[in-house]
Amino acid sequence: MTDEGDSRPDPDALLARLKAEERQRARLKIFFGFAPGVGKTFAMLESARLLKARGLDVVVGLIETHGRAETAKLIEGLEVLPRQTLDYRGKALEEFDLERALARKPAILLVDELAHTNVPGSRHTRRWQDVLELLDAGIEVHTTLNVQHVESLNDVVAQITHVQVRETVPDSLLERADEIELVDIPPEELLKRLSEGKVYLPEQARRAAEHFFRRGNLLALRELALRRTAERVDEDVVAYRKQHEIQTTWPSGERIAVCVGPAPASARLVRAARRMAAGLRAPWLAIWVDNPVTALSKADHERLESHLELVGSLGGEVVRLSGTRVAETILEWARASNITRIILGKPTHSRLRDRLRGSLLDDIVRGSGDIDVFVISGDPDAPAEPVDRSAQPRPVAWRNYLASAISMGVVTTIDVVLHRSLGLPDPEMLFLLAIMIVAATLGRGPAFLASGLAVAAFDFFFVPPYLTFAVADTRFVLTFVMMFGVGALISTLASRLRDQELEARQREQQTHTLFAFTRALSEADTLDALARTTARHCAEAIGLQAQVVVALSRNGSLQPCGAWPTNSKLEPNDLGVAEWVFDHGRAAGKGTDTLSGANAYCLPLGRSQGVIALLRAEEPTLEERALLDSFARQAAVSVERFQLAEDARAAALRARTEELRSSLLSAVSHDLRTPLAVVTGSATALRDDGSLDASTRAQLLDTICDEAERLERLVRNLLDMTRVQAGALTVKREWVPLEELIGSARSRLSRQLAGRAVHVSLPDNVPLVSVDPVLFEQVLLNLFENALKYTPPGSPIDVLARVMPDVIELEVADRGPGFDPADAERLFEKFYRGAHLGTSGAGLGLAVCRGIVEAHGGRITAQLREGGGARFVITLPVVGTPPPVPPEEGT
Amino acid sequence: MSETATGPVILLVEDEPQMRRFLRAALSSHAYRLVEAGTGQEAIALATSHNPEVVLLDLGLPDFDGLEVTRRLREFTKVPILVLSARGREDDKVAALDAGADDYVTKPFGTNELLARLRVALRHAQGERKAEPVFELGPLRIDYARREVTKAGTMVKLTPIEYRLLACLAKNVGRVLTHRQILKEVWGPTHGDDTHYLRVYMAQLRRKLEDDPSNPLYLLTEPGVGYRLKD
Repeated sequence: MTDEGDSRPDPDALLARLKAEERQRARLKIFFGFAPGVGKTFAMLESARLLKARGLDVVVGLIETHGRAETAKLIEGLEVLPRQTLDYRGKALEEFDLERALARKPAILLVDELAHTNVPGSRHTRRWQDVLELLDAGIEVHTTLNVQHVESLNDVVAQITHVQVRETVPDSLLERADEIELVDIPPEELLKRLSEGKVYLPEQARRAAEHFFRRGNLLALRELALRRTAERVDEDVVAYRKQHEIQTTWPSGERIAVCVGPAPASARLVRAARRMAAGLRAPWLAIWVDNPVTALSKADHERLESHLELVGSLGGEVVRLSGTRVAETILEWARASNITRIILGKPTHSRLRDRLRGSLLDDIVRGSGDIDVFVISGDPDAPAEPVDRSAQPRPVAWRNYLASAISMGVVTTIDVVLHRSLGLPDPEMLFLLAIMIVAATLGRGPAFLASGLAVAAFDFFFVPPYLTFAVADTRFVLTFVMMFGVGALISTLASRLRDQELEARQREQQTHTLFAFTRALSEADTLDALARTTARHCAEAIGLQAQVVVALSRNGSLQPCGAWPTNSKLEPNDLGVAEWVFDHGRAAGKGTDTLSGANAYCLPLGRSQGVIALLRAEEPTLEERALLDSFARQAAVSVERFQLAEDARAAALRARTEELRSSLLSAVSHDLRTPLAVVTGSATALRDDGSLDASTRAQLLDTICDEAERLERLVRNLLDMTRVQAGALTVKREWVPLEELIGSARSRLSRQLAGRAVHVSLPDNVPLVSVDPVLFEQVLLNLFENALKYTPPGSPIDVLARVMPDVIELEVADRGPGFDPADAERLFEKFYRGAHLGTSGAGLGLAVCRGIVEAHGGRITAQLREGGGARFVITLPVVGTPPPVPPEEGT
Repeated sequence: MSETATGPVILLVEDEPQMRRFLRAALSSHAYRLVEAGTGQEAIALATSHNPEVVLLDLGLPDFDGLEVTRRLREFTKVPILVLSARGREDDKVAALDAGADDYVTKPFGTNELLARLRVALRHAQGERKAEPVFELGPLRIDYARREVTKAGTMVKLTPIEYRLLACLAKNVGRVLTHRQILKEVWGPTHGDDTHYLRVYMAQLRRKLEDDPSNPLYLLTEPGVGYRLKD
């Protein structure tokens, strides 16, 4: 946030403006009033008619006429969307139809009563959520709102009117509004209308209304509404000035922090902070210090989370800190973040406790230095603030108490025996030791029991008169008190230690879970694996009976990619929720305000990267949601990494494909045209030129045959390459003697090989290899052709085979000029031709060889031959053993 | 059909006009008489009406494939069928041969090769070799009556299977035999798929009969199809 005025345009402000323009978001107009009956709906309809008259597409989404003829008359001539009928506990209830409104998609939609709570079964619990979705869909919305429904003013209104309004609308919505029109009439006028029966009120609200519609109340509410609107006007001015780079000075360089806890009064603190911040136009933050030593009860935790949520909805920022010394932690952070005001709640507990435990308020006030501290009263109706969280003990099983009693019995027996036989002087010491052990292992309650039992046993067995609870010497009473006191202290300390340890262990567990997840994510090598990993870790972190499905965005649509347990599936209904979450970037489904009828709780994974869906019979707790949220954030980083890598790969592939296409085109155009040109030339010469002598004619005919053959070879290699490339190569393995493969290739090339010495050296036992005979003959044929092309006529070609336990090596070697060792790999690339003059061909032969050999699970390499020349070595893994051929009878 | 030609009648089944023009020129000049069909349907009709002595059949036809034409022709005639097919379609060739075709020529082919195959096909149809008690090919000589094989006058000792294999190829000299055909003939109908038997015995036979078994001159391999004893 920027608090200082600046002479240069602030880049953040520019960015924010750009974003605002870029979004071209739909407008929201609120008709704002201080009480029911001021005429908001009327004003809204009047303005709608004007807009309609100007030719705008204005549609009535929902208007409550409350049977008033004037209002009904205004609706006439406007298009009204039919409402949906929802069945709720056997009653058919009418409700605003969001689906229909989205489908109709008018330019402007009128939706009355922004604070309304929807009939259960609607998509959202609250109407303002419907409105947000409409705005997201690009529909301009006009709506009405009363001041008592504004979240941050809620408790002020309650104080004025003594009527608690439950239906509140977050302030962010008012801030989101592009225009707020205040509908104002004097309170006297309103009271007159009320008495004339012109103000509609539901039956059950009549009694409350008597309280509500008092002149004093109305005046106060009117002032609130006017002030809120004025604030808003101020903000508009500031926004305008900022937008036009008019140097402004903030009214204050204030930064406000409010300390929030699980106490119910905290909600009030938050609202107060919001009001103070709005008044000062200062940024505000809420701090919560998590003390790792003490654990929050479930109820406290939920309250705390709801307070923090409230902070978010009021536009504040939440800061979570951790530390055992709360005051120090807060002050340290406040100094580091330039906080000028700290808001705290008034303590409601006794002074005694502060004396014993120290007071947070006192510590902060003393240590605050130049930071102002504001202390605000808690809600008087709120239940006593359970500040001491350790005062809410963990539920301890009755078994622990039983174990405590039994162990004290055992200790007493030992003590008695030791005392009698050895004359142990201080039997109480052993009791103290036992109490400590009980406290450390069984908890505080059982330790208190142990302390009491110890005192009783001590009295019974060791204080005269023995074996009675009577005490002869009253000084022993002091001993009892001290013994119990020490026992209680020990047990408190020991159990706190134990709680800390448990807490620490739990924390470590959580950290460990997240760490394990992060590590697993880094090991995932595909998006699907990543989704599976995410689903699995989420499910395991949530625990038993949790099913998690992770859906990721693929080509713009959401597809389930990973699930744990792997057979988990999203029903179409839940998939709809997932899609909604994906589109809106907000959590929804079971346990939330949106689409709560679903079986799944869905939360977004990153910014439109995917959705995590939790399927379970119970609603997810706040803790589980927070956990899933941290998982989602972690996963989002990895998903983004993958998507970026995938994009880069796709781009590289496109570039490579493009490169290949162009080299293919050049190769094809050159290599196809050359022989065609020669054939055409020779053939036309033969046809048209009668003067050719016999030897020239023969020469031309030979040329035609040779070039046609060359064309055939090129086309064959192109076709083979296409098959290799398209993955259409199916290897039909048969057991074939190597000799036969070599022989068949040689006979097909017998004419070209004439005049060449071909030496074949094979092991004595002709090895059978498991290959596709047709494809492999092609490999040998290409290797022979390659040798023929690149070695001088008449030079020898050698074929060697070596049989090793796991592999068979087959080698075709020549005595040609060899190749540049740097090219050893590139020789097998498509369209690569060795740098020799006078050679032709598309550079496909060896690439086809490699494709075929690799399809057999083998390798082919080019090596320089000792004494000159090249060696092409094929290494084939031995696959199984050849089936036996039964020996012949009678041989 | 050439007016003056008196040679054997060939039914040419081919849908490509250029191929037909080339084949017409090449074959007519060697005194063959041609009956031409562009579709399988036409081919069947012409085969019944003209009683050709050999059929030259392209496997890729517009109406039904050459395999189907082969089967239908075999329903009523034993006329030798020579299949024309592209490389890389070994399975089609084997299917056609197993369905009763006599031989194949791979496109592109030289005129000499085509004429040689035609001659072999016609010769086998006339059955002239069947009666011969002795078979001779280069240095090889098979005496069927004595079951003796000599190479350049020297006795070659063959096992019974090797002998049967050689005899089978010799009876069809110049013609391709599919693996299945040879296996059925030599090992019996239950061994139709044991091609590795055949390959092992073929290798043994080459070692006994060929000068360089890795560069055979007589016992030729037709990759993916079968074997042929060179004419």
